[in-house]
Amino acid sequence: MNFQQTLDSYNLAEVEARIAAKRSADVEAALAAAHLGIDDFMALLSPAAAAYIEPMAQRAHQLTVQRFGKTILMYAPLYLSNECTNGCRYCGFNAHNKVPRRTLTLDETEAEARVLHDRGFRHLLLVTGEAPRAADTDYLTAAVARLRPLFSSISIEVYPMEESGYRQVIDAGVDGLTIYQETYDRALYAEMHPFGKKRDFAFRLRAPEHAAAAGMRRIGVGALLGLGKFRVEAFCTGLHALHLARHCWRTHLTVSFPRMRPADGGFQPLNPVSDHDFVQLICALRLLLPDAGLVLSTRESAQLRDNLLPLGITQMSAGSCTSPGGYAEKDESGRQFVIDDDRTHTEVEAMLRSRGYDPVWKDWDSAFHA
Amino acid sequence: MDTLTIANRTFRSRLMVGTGKFSSNAAMVAAMEGSGCEIVTVALRRVDVDNPHDSILTHIDREKYLLLPNTSGARDAEEAVRLARLARAAGCEPWVKLEVTPDPFYLLPDPIETLKAAEILVKDGFVVLPYINADPVLAKRLQEAGTATVMPLGAPIGTNKGVRTRDSIAIIIEQAIVPVVVDAGLGAPSHAAEAMEMGADAVLVNTALAVARDPGAMGQAFRKGVEAGREAYLAGLGRQQERAEASSPLTGFLHN
Repeated sequence: MNFQQTLDSYNLAEVEARIAAKRSADVEAALAAAHLGIDDFMALLSPAAAAYIEPMAQRAHQLTVQRFGKTILMYAPLYLSNECTNGCRYCGFNAHNKVPRRTLTLDETEAEARVLHDRGFRHLLLVTGEAPRAADTDYLTAAVARLRPLFSSISIEVYPMEESGYRQVIDAGVDGLTIYQETYDRALYAEMHPFGKKRDFAFRLRAPEHAAAAGMRRIGVGALLGLGKFRVEAFCTGLHALHLARHCWRTHLTVSFPRMRPADGGFQPLNPVSDHDFVQLICALRLLLPDAGLVLSTRESAQLRDNLLPLGITQMSAGSCTSPGGYAEKDESGRQFVIDDDRTHTEVEAMLRSRGYDPVWKDWDSAFHA
Repeated sequence: MDTLTIANRTFRSRLMVGTGKFSSNAAMVAAMEGSGCEIVTVALRRVDVDNPHDSILTHIDREKYLLLPNTSGARDAEEAVRLARLARAAGCEPWVKLEVTPDPFYLLPDPIETLKAAEILVKDGFVVLPYINADPVLAKRLQEAGTATVMPLGAPIGTNKGVRTRDSIAIIIEQAIVPVVVDAGLGAPSHAAEAMEMGADAVLVNTALAVARDPGAMGQAFRKGVEAGREAYLAGLGRQQERAEASSPLTGFLHN
């Protein structure tokens, strides 16, 4: 059974109605449950749960401290290329956007990586658009091979691949995959992705399973918040993570909740997610998935990130730059989106320590690779 | 209607019954009837599947009950596979309850040989229902190998001690993608109800029925226990509250 079959067994309009129909008694039952069932999860995502945001936050905090301690894994994104043949309407890399396009050479990549390495990062996230001619799997593999001595863990956030592609990058030293479905609503997905290979909803949906089959150690999923209705998107994200936990049980899971940021192209969120809704979503996901890593990027403001910290977050980026070459050359003209928390990594580190959290820079070892 | 599906076959009853240790075939049949079971396991070593006059088989109505041969007595994968193949060759359906129990004292299942045998039998086209200790990782390895269920033990077979492996069984139930059948150790209807309340898909009982003064009545009692546990699970049990006292509010920032 693959996840698409699971997802197809739900009608999203019905899911929305079932969530909307949950009452406070359902929320209370979900808060008391040792393990959340599907209906419990729906209850925590419901409008009725808005009144329970504080007990949800307390439970989320308690579970996270129990499973992870007060630690935050630090990671940094490195943009290898912003060339892209896709037409994602919300993305700064949209092929139609007139931004300076660039794909880093191996030397430029290493220069970027050294900046991050010098800052102390040992967990790296490599990012590209989808441009088979500029940055294909062989390019990615070469970059990974070059950077591997500098980092204990290398993850990728690139276009979806077949199992064989993932095998190739894993062999080169990749241990983590981040891939957001953007929206789990097929119709909306088609509308948001008018052209390019990314139009293939099913192939993207299958990517985490391909990666797990290839032996990927860590897989991160998520929906781009601001596209579909957040309760339904959060529900599908949770369903996706649960499916992977059951079927790809050797893989460690992370979940992200990227909220749409201003980007070149000027796309406005279709369904903006308020801070309150955002907190509810994070807490509901934590209660559903006590062992999943929850990732919070610099898309969110410094103040909000500080406040979200105790609610279940286990991984953070800091001092991030979303354009290729941005770290070494300090030029952000080709960025994917505008980050919000622009504090340096040392400032974020100091904030964590002041709140009793330990920043963790290394929680993996390249020795796990053959 | 709430039904149990194993390998695309649907059952109304969630109670499976074993056929060992009964004082007579009549007592065995009474227990089966009383329990309302649809699946009965028979030790291959105890029956002569080729012989139409076999004393156990002639008492089991094959129209009414799915005969689930078990490999009880097998000490390793090779013996279990051989037994299963012989049963199929003799006309049994290709379903097998896989038991590999080299330890003759507690009859605890050997995880390594069980996995090996399961891999072979699944490839061979069998519907495999493996008897295992309540080991969540082994359960995952078996379902990955393609077994139709996992059957973790509640307590060593024949001990009537109940769901002593409760915490591990809870993890198996939480994570399983195949039906979980709690097998062995259930000595009272309340034990069966407990397993079902936890979310087990079915239970298998033998000794508790076989040693009862009235096996037919005990079969009925277990039937009710299983049904009650299942209904309670579906109805949503009231949960024990864990009330954490909030030290300081975590969401005050939303109201500022």
